[in-house]
Amino acid sequence: MKIFSLCILLWVAYPAWSAVEYRDFKQPEQEQAYQSLITELRCLVCQNQTIADSNADLAKDLRRQVYEMLQQGQSKQQIVDFMTERYGDFVLYKPAFKLKTGLLWLGPLLFLCIGLFSVLMIIRRKKSVIKPTLSPDQQNRLSAILEKGDQD
Amino acid sequence: MFRYLLPLILFITLAVFLAIGLKLNPKEIPSPLIDKPAPAFALPILSSPDKTLKPSDMQGKVWLLNVWASWCVSCRDEHPLLLQFAQQHVLPIIGLNYKDEPAAGNAWLQKLGNPYDISVMDQDGRTGIDYGVYGVPETFVIDKRGVIRYKHTGPVGPGDVERIFLPLIQQLQTEAV
Repeated sequence: MKIFSLCILLWVAYPAWSAVEYRDFKQPEQEQAYQSLITELRCLVCQNQTIADSNADLAKDLRRQVYEMLQQGQSKQQIVDFMTERYGDFVLYKPAFKLKTGLLWLGPLLFLCIGLFSVLMIIRRKKSVIKPTLSPDQQNRLSAILEKGDQD
Repeated sequence: MFRYLLPLILFITLAVFLAIGLKLNPKEIPSPLIDKPAPAFALPILSSPDKTLKPSDMQGKVWLLNVWASWCVSCRDEHPLLLQFAQQHVLPIIGLNYKDEPAAGNAWLQKLGNPYDISVMDQDGRTGIDYGVYGVPETFVIDKRGVIRYKHTGPVGPGDVERIFLPLIQQLQTEAV
């Protein structure tokens, strides 16, 4: 129980350790854009963290870069383009849908379809196995036994 | 017969994919900068900070840009190899002293030897971002027209010079400007 409540507390406290520096924004929209961008960009040093989560030097520099570009009035798309021009699609936690990333997006769906298809095939085969197949002779014997049972 | 072979085929396919996946290095991210012009910079030179160097100063030469720092442990691994390579005088080697203290950078070169023709200082890491630097050391091969032709992430290994760098450099040096 203690561990469970600790987990809950840590989960609730998540935003507390995501923002490291204090940033001053003129408009709330800019702050929103900043928050969403830093949670969408990957820190390439510690590959399974966003630049919001990471304390690596590169993550700090990239957060500064995002902040400065927003201050210059650049749009979210412009900042995302800036990052992908330098670091490639891998820098995005949500890569754009294109030919190169098609398998990434459609792969899970493909596997789901294969799974569903297999389940369907197995169910069909099971059904045909269960079907009662008694010869007329066996059928007669069965009813004879059943009748006998009734008489006892 | 096929019924029994199918799981085997599936298993082998999966095993092959997993084996390839194990061999891949997740730290090696293909750079989108290959075949693009080297991003511009004008950075102070480490040994004489009042002078600056720009990539356009290297126009007409095939050159190497090696990103290093005195705090970088893998750079120490790579260093002897780079010194050896510099002695062959195949091409100019420019160092990008990335997010380092000038004093620490100079001391490092004095202690371990200086393979660089020139080192420039990128103290706040902005040029590093322009070059998509994420794991020091990194090495770029830039051609006579100032286009990035190859990028190596992490320390250059003993075999890499003969296998990758020298053939590529020789090929690039025969290209017209």
